[in-house]
Amino acid sequence: MSFFKLLIRNRLAFAGLIVMGLVLALVIATPILPLYEPNVTDTANRFLKPFEGGHILGTDHLGRDLLSRLLWGTQLSLAVGISAAVFAAFFGAAIGIVAGYFGGTTDNVIMRGVDMLMAFPYILLALAIVAALGPGLVNALIAVAAVNIPFFARNIRGVTVGIAHKEFVDAARLAGESHLKIILTEIVPNVIPVIVIAMSTTIGWMILETAGLSFLGLGSQPPQADLGSMLGEARSALITNPHTSVVPGVMILIIVMAINLLGDGVRDALDPRLRSGALTRPRPATLVEREGPVPAPVESGTLVLTDLQTQFRVGERVYKAVSHVSLHVAPGECLGVIGESGSGKSVTALSIMGLVASPPGVIVGGSAIYDGTELIGAPYSKLRSYRGDKVAYIFQDPLATLHPLYTVGDQLCEAIRVHHSVSKAEAWTRAVELLKQVRIPNAEGRAKVYPHEMSGGMRQRVGIAMALANDPDVIIADEPTTALDVTVQAQILALLNDLRRERGLSIIFITHDFGVVAQLCDRVAVMYAGRIVETGPTQEVLDDAAHPYTRRLIACVPELGEGRRELHAIPGLPPAVDRLPAGCAFAPRCDKAQTLCQVGVIELEGGASRKVRCLYPETDIAGMAKPVAQVPELKKGAGA
Amino acid sequence: MSVALKLENLSKTFEVGKRLFREPKARVHAVRPVTLDVEEGETLGIVGESGCGKSTLARLLVGLLPPSEGLIEINGAKLDNADPAEFGKKIQYVFQDPISSLNPRKTIRQVMEAPLRHLHKMDKAARDARISEIFASVNLREEFLERYPHEFSGGQAQRIGIARALAADARILILDEPVSALDVSVQAQVLNLLERLKGELGLTYLFISHDLAVVEAISTRVAVLYFGTLVELGAAEDIFRAPRHPYTKLLASSAPVVGRPLVNPEGKATDLPDPLNPPPGCAFAARCPKATEICRKAPPKLEAVEGGTQKAACYHPLSEGEQIFG
Amino acid sequence: MGGYILKRLVSAIPVLFGITVIVFLIMAMIPGDPALAILGSYATPENVEKLNRDLGLDQPLVARYFIWLGNMLTGDFGRSFSLNRPVIDEVLDRFSATLILAGTSLVLCAIFGIAAGVVSAARQYGFADKAITFAVLLGISIPSFFLGMMMILLFAVRWKMLPVSGMYAIYGGGDLPDLLNHLIMPALALAVVATGVVARLSRSAMLEVLRQDFVRTARAKGVPEGRVVWGHALRAAMVTIIPVLGVQAGFVLSGAVYIEMVFQWPGVGRMLVDAILKRDILLVQGGVVFVAACYVLFNIAVDVAQSVLDPRIKT
Repeated sequence: MSFFKLLIRNRLAFAGLIVMGLVLALVIATPILPLYEPNVTDTANRFLKPFEGGHILGTDHLGRDLLSRLLWGTQLSLAVGISAAVFAAFFGAAIGIVAGYFGGTTDNVIMRGVDMLMAFPYILLALAIVAALGPGLVNALIAVAAVNIPFFARNIRGVTVGIAHKEFVDAARLAGESHLKIILTEIVPNVIPVIVIAMSTTIGWMILETAGLSFLGLGSQPPQADLGSMLGEARSALITNPHTSVVPGVMILIIVMAINLLGDGVRDALDPRLRSGALTRPRPATLVEREGPVPAPVESGTLVLTDLQTQFRVGERVYKAVSHVSLHVAPGECLGVIGESGSGKSVTALSIMGLVASPPGVIVGGSAIYDGTELIGAPYSKLRSYRGDKVAYIFQDPLATLHPLYTVGDQLCEAIRVHHSVSKAEAWTRAVELLKQVRIPNAEGRAKVYPHEMSGGMRQRVGIAMALANDPDVIIADEPTTALDVTVQAQILALLNDLRRERGLSIIFITHDFGVVAQLCDRVAVMYAGRIVETGPTQEVLDDAAHPYTRRLIACVPELGEGRRELHAIPGLPPAVDRLPAGCAFAPRCDKAQTLCQVGVIELEGGASRKVRCLYPETDIAGMAKPVAQVPELKKGAGA
Repeated sequence: MSVALKLENLSKTFEVGKRLFREPKARVHAVRPVTLDVEEGETLGIVGESGCGKSTLARLLVGLLPPSEGLIEINGAKLDNADPAEFGKKIQYVFQDPISSLNPRKTIRQVMEAPLRHLHKMDKAARDARISEIFASVNLREEFLERYPHEFSGGQAQRIGIARALAADARILILDEPVSALDVSVQAQVLNLLERLKGELGLTYLFISHDLAVVEAISTRVAVLYFGTLVELGAAEDIFRAPRHPYTKLLASSAPVVGRPLVNPEGKATDLPDPLNPPPGCAFAARCPKATEICRKAPPKLEAVEGGTQKAACYHPLSEGEQIFG
Repeated sequence: MGGYILKRLVSAIPVLFGITVIVFLIMAMIPGDPALAILGSYATPENVEKLNRDLGLDQPLVARYFIWLGNMLTGDFGRSFSLNRPVIDEVLDRFSATLILAGTSLVLCAIFGIAAGVVSAARQYGFADKAITFAVLLGISIPSFFLGMMMILLFAVRWKMLPVSGMYAIYGGGDLPDLLNHLIMPALALAVVATGVVARLSRSAMLEVLRQDFVRTARAKGVPEGRVVWGHALRAAMVTIIPVLGVQAGFVLSGAVYIEMVFQWPGVGRMLVDAILKRDILLVQGGVVFVAACYVLFNIAVDVAQSVLDPRIKT
């Protein structure tokens, strides 16, 4: 159902659908329409122009009515093109699924055969088949279907391989399903959308190909005519009587165009990646659409965020990923931002330099001040000149974040040369120097290798070197060790810590790991559902968390050295940020929640160093307005 | 207690760069011969970093990969053909990625019915009764049965994955990083559920993870893998408190712990050995401060360590409390 | 690098072998007596028998294949009865004409297709993107032979800017300007479809790449946007675009058959169609094998280009 809605909402596809509907209606009605006989010749009335002698579209070189021939020809062309597509899709998909699912030798043998067929420019094979079977429409159909089977087979095989390696196929095998059963119930349902997409985007092409063979005189034979052979016959009279060529040619164009529009619509409606809008190009900088005035900063520091708000707009939905986040970091200080997935910690980090993908991301308010300059809404050129030079980033997965086709040295050189006009040789020397600073052994040699030739830990060192390239004041590290093994993580954290002390760097460190925060960060901000719920010096927060969420989250995390034990769980799930409840977002999961917790806006309150967003904090915080009477806890340690 | 699962010299070698009619270019020993007994009712934790072979080992144990050598015995019965349907009734698997382990185009009921129908040949009524029973035990509402996987959060999907494994009525579950895709608050829910089910149903677990603290919290015994080799085996409460193998020691001192200062235990950048060109001796020798000549010549055997309960594959096992890193 | 080229060439041998088998088997399916087709229905039985012996048709299938293969390896593709000329001479003459046409079109479609795709992706949903998307849709929906005919009507008949047909430069008739004059229309008509396909795939490849993490890294480094798009992103997108160009070469060669018919271009495609209609089997066989072999070699060149671009491919 949603498929047809999506299809119809796509205006172009809808137009294609209407045109195709009209053509099909005409073609189906052809036998009952009051038309001249398509194959009756009348040489006296040859080459009549349109509307002459009662022939709406005129007549051809044998005096046959063009309108009648056009409609009958369209019928034939559509039937042949669509059958060819169905045949090719069916056999191609069957071959592709078998090869992709079984893999190994089966796959090898089948795909070698397919490669062999694809080694021909397709028309050669079609010509050879027609040569062997003899000219004729059915033979042309066979030829077109046959040459397209390898395309389908290869395409579907690729998709099948991807699906066959999915965990749910392993699960089906462990559930005792047979190969046939797995293919029919696990693989095929997941491949069908791809087959439909491949078919809908190639039917137009098949119609063109069969028309082409007929045009060459190898398809439909006189007196029967499809659109291609009509065009072929009209060619000799092209200059004297162009209308005989234009009529079938335009018809082919209309049909194929309508089918292509429709096919694209089908593809867009079926492809989940396109549906979620994933294939949109992110702008060079996040879109800023302020909904209010620029807030004045309250804190001071190298980088000060005030009331930052970032949203994702997907269709009608608005995801409030970051709501009124204020952070600041002093020179030489490391600020930890901790939260679970979806808490908005990474979006906060990326918003600062406008790196949130947009669409769908939009910054709707707030301020980020670096060195007296407002970054939110700053012109692109200003933002660009600061990126990497004053404020640099280290990202999570070092394999995905480095360009796969440039050497590590080249990528470091570029980081330097986009901000400083130095020669390539100078930049290279500096790049090697940087690699040495992040303790990469054999830095000269390693500068010449590509990222895929390095281990994860080495790649992340390169990521750090790149961030250091221009001696920035602030480094924003977005889960830099999450993808790494624990022994490598220890190396990288120690390196970051050394570098920050040596250079007086300010670091904003995004993580979900309390252990990491405890070891590296001076202060910590805890995020939940897009808001900061608690902030303060790391040691104080860890020792005596004020927000129930912080306290319970710390209790959830098993720590090494405590032995075998029952873990404390938080019941329920974090809320979806497109449907945030009023009041405290944690209230539905909180055992201390009162009715007051679920109304209005609860502010982040407290003194200069510690703040908490809670009416009934677990511990007293200096500078907070006394809450509405302390209420005893209702229930304790609710399990899963 | 009896032995639920027994591995004898189980190993897996992958051939790299297969060529027709000729020897492959190289062989990678993903799992070197492992001999191991898993007691009935225990949770054996398997820890190791990426590339240590823990996932390959898991796939061998459920028959998704044929072993290169060695054998698997379940309750004394040998299982030497890699047939997942044969294994399925005795040993089941819970996958790391809860969402991708569910077919997006099947309802949860269809997912749950597959093992009942194919492994146990149950009829419709029996299947429905069994599904209700399982769903009750993993705290899932029956209305979920008619929904599709994308409608669930990671934690719920992982419960469904566990429910499916239970449906096969196997006594042994392989849990392959079952909580690493989940957030910590949800992770604890799933771990507690697993613990409860084990008691209620008398299950045996093999719990694979890279997270030392999680493994320590849930396991009876822990096996440490490094580069395809079992390097240390011992009781969960001892193995990280008093490691005997230098690699276990390194793992334990690398894990970030609140209240411990940040150090790089090794003091330098190090890497795993090249799997295409493995060292002849102990794979950890290049990173080990205690390594001597013999360590680089031949791989040590897994043996009981003097004065301790653990077994370690090391020529120079650490004494209790010995500090070698940091 | 040299080793990689050699390896690819060696791996092409079974493919070439397979091509000859496929072509031979298809041709062996032809019903009826080829000798009868050659000599016409008035041939005497003796003549037919003699011709069959001359053509080696009295041998078993496998033997015939190896005789044919052996002859081909020594450069003997047989004689075309309809043209009364060695097949190889005819194919070489005609193929060079096709090469000029198809090569020009391929270059045109690569340049314009990639440029249009990149602009389209970089200006997604902007005016340029919409205009290009519409042009692409038109391009991939119009039959190239119809487009060619319309071009003749407009440029040759109505405006008399370019010649209708009659390209003879290959046979030593005209000079380079004359060749170019004759080349413009057919090359453009042929390039249109392929340009559309390349533009489409380049656009989606670029959109795919522009969302990758390494593009965000480049932006985070402060790389100017122009360089992000035309440097970082296009370089990575080329990994997907180059194989598409290899496939397009096959489509351009195929489309050349129609264009050669429309513009009377003396290429191999027209030769094949004529040969099929005259049932000149040796000419069809020889032509198909020769062109397919050239296409295989071209695709090796594409693979080599790919390995130069992408260091992840093991050379």
